[in-house]
Amino acid sequence: MTENILELRDVRTHFPIFTGFLVKKQTGSVKAVDGVTLSVRQGEVLGLVGESGCGKSTLARTILQLVPTTGGMVVLNGRNLGEASREEMQLCRRDLQMIFQDPYASLNPRMTVFAALAEPLLVHGICGKSEVQSHVEELMKLVGLAPRFARKYPHEFSGGQRQRIAIARALALKPKVIVADEPVSALDVSIQAQILNLLSELCTGMNLTLIFIAHDLSVVRHISDRVAVMYLGKIVELGPALDVIDRPSHPYTKALVSAIPVPNPDIERTRKRIVLAGDPPSPIDPPEGCAFHPRCPHAVDRCRQAVPPLVAAGPGREAACIRLGEIS
Amino acid sequence: MPLLSVTDLRTYFHTRNGLYRAVDGVSFSVDRGETLGIVGESGSGKSVTCYSIMGLIPQPPGRIESGSAMFDGVDLLRCSPATARSIRGKRISMIFQDPMTSLNPYLRISEQLIEPLMIHETLSKKEALGRALEMMEAVGINDGARRIHYYPHEFSGGMRQRVMIAMALITRPELLIADEPTTALDVTVQAQILDLIRTLQRDLGMAVIFVTHDLGVVAGLCDQVQVMYGGRVMETAGARAIFNAPQHPYTQALQRSIPALQPKGQELFTIPGLPPDVSKEITGCAFAPRCSFAADLCRASRPEIVESQPGHSHACIRARRGEINVAEHCSPENYD
Repeated sequence: MTENILELRDVRTHFPIFTGFLVKKQTGSVKAVDGVTLSVRQGEVLGLVGESGCGKSTLARTILQLVPTTGGMVVLNGRNLGEASREEMQLCRRDLQMIFQDPYASLNPRMTVFAALAEPLLVHGICGKSEVQSHVEELMKLVGLAPRFARKYPHEFSGGQRQRIAIARALALKPKVIVADEPVSALDVSIQAQILNLLSELCTGMNLTLIFIAHDLSVVRHISDRVAVMYLGKIVELGPALDVIDRPSHPYTKALVSAIPVPNPDIERTRKRIVLAGDPPSPIDPPEGCAFHPRCPHAVDRCRQAVPPLVAAGPGREAACIRLGEIS
Repeated sequence: MPLLSVTDLRTYFHTRNGLYRAVDGVSFSVDRGETLGIVGESGSGKSVTCYSIMGLIPQPPGRIESGSAMFDGVDLLRCSPATARSIRGKRISMIFQDPMTSLNPYLRISEQLIEPLMIHETLSKKEALGRALEMMEAVGINDGARRIHYYPHEFSGGMRQRVMIAMALITRPELLIADEPTTALDVTVQAQILDLIRTLQRDLGMAVIFVTHDLGVVAGLCDQVQVMYGGRVMETAGARAIFNAPQHPYTQALQRSIPALQPKGQELFTIPGLPPDVSKEITGCAFAPRCSFAADLCRASRPEIVESQPGHSHACIRARRGEINVAEHCSPENYD
């Protein structure tokens, strides 16, 4: 049960930058994901958080092989996806599905719900044409949509319902791993809670492994077993969700947690907050040493010299900071 | 006398698909130096309320059916266009949700920053640039002398929102309307922008209407909070009262759906059903179809918003009759 279904070994995804009009020359690269090592256990919900531009979406796309890796390996069920042939990849895609952020953009407006849900079933030969109807109805019930809506088009649904369709589509092939890229950020609070409940229910019911990407820490805290915090293409802290978010150890996680407004005026007005100065640096030219040092309140000279590795920081926890012992 | 008092504002949209009652009888007032938070889900009419005050509703299809918005003795909804222009951008400013699309990509920041000054004050371009530089510094943009000549695409999202704030505040307005100014930003940048608005408000003594869907943001920033749903005001009270002793079931439900306030591992509380369809006439209380306390009388007639305690009004018939008490279901102590 506790075997690793998905392993990332030093994954790097860089996007080259070209300049020049007729003769293009590569002048640099955007280091969107820069050395991520991570293992995900079967049946686990792993939250991935970070600010925009920290590479969490690129990491998701890299896991699904939607963008080519520059270095490192993505291993699903013991198979290195980077070396898989087209046919092998096609089979792996069944086990690995994605839910996107914007349910308005991720569904084809010209396909009915039935067509959208039937497509993966037919392409992968899960069932014959005669059984498609019953399979689609089953899927719709699974995500809480009435089967009578099957002939409707995406524009006839609200945002929350559309996200349910997107989830049903991801579940159609009975995958083992689902990568959800900000699945609730576009939704209102009351609808958000419905989708989160659905996702947790499905994960426990079908023993799914979920990689849940979000920038909202309170959502991640609720749904995840473990949380990985990313900054500028690297994981800076990793550990059980409650530990990482309630008792963060890396200075960046501390600042991130402290920046969330608390929905209680008595606490919110008196608590001490860490307000970070400036914006995250550019991933084209990341700072020397620890990428966080220009904004870190605890930075010293040593932080500028070498990239800090992820080291153990308590039971099941890791953090990439060389001053962990000195600042807590 | 309040700085701005809006009474019975109704903004309807007459479209081919029918009549949308986006704002349906909203009243509120803002005192000088006060911060009013308007909270609601999408489609609750909070943005349309602000747009109506600023005269930014496209007409047609929109139409302001009734109501008044008295700003320092002038009715903004009925005054002449010339009067409106002399107030808008000078004494009332607005910042928008999306700093990416609300700046003109073809013009340098300097051109856009001094535009309100050139229109509303008799200044030379040089003096205006000086004021713009001061403002850039006030909103925390370093190296302003060089960066003022940049184009919008050369700034990050947080920096663009700072430019927007500088542009809104350059004429030292008495009222700032902020329509979800931090929704498109990261939490760390959001914290910077909220701090900035708080400091500038104190320094300039201006009133702020802060529109948001995030109750957390409201908790730290606002004096008064107004909760909207289906184009109507459900509850208005001081920030502490809204969080610690809400009286309307919708306010309570909205708070209970925040994941941060719920214990981990349990199913999240959700409000059943969908937000109301404002294209259909709602006869009773707009929240009744989703309310766990709704009774027949809630669906029969539209509840008026009535003050129940000084400074605290709500539009729930059953709470007023003492039949329900939603505050006891709301326990912010759960937060750890």
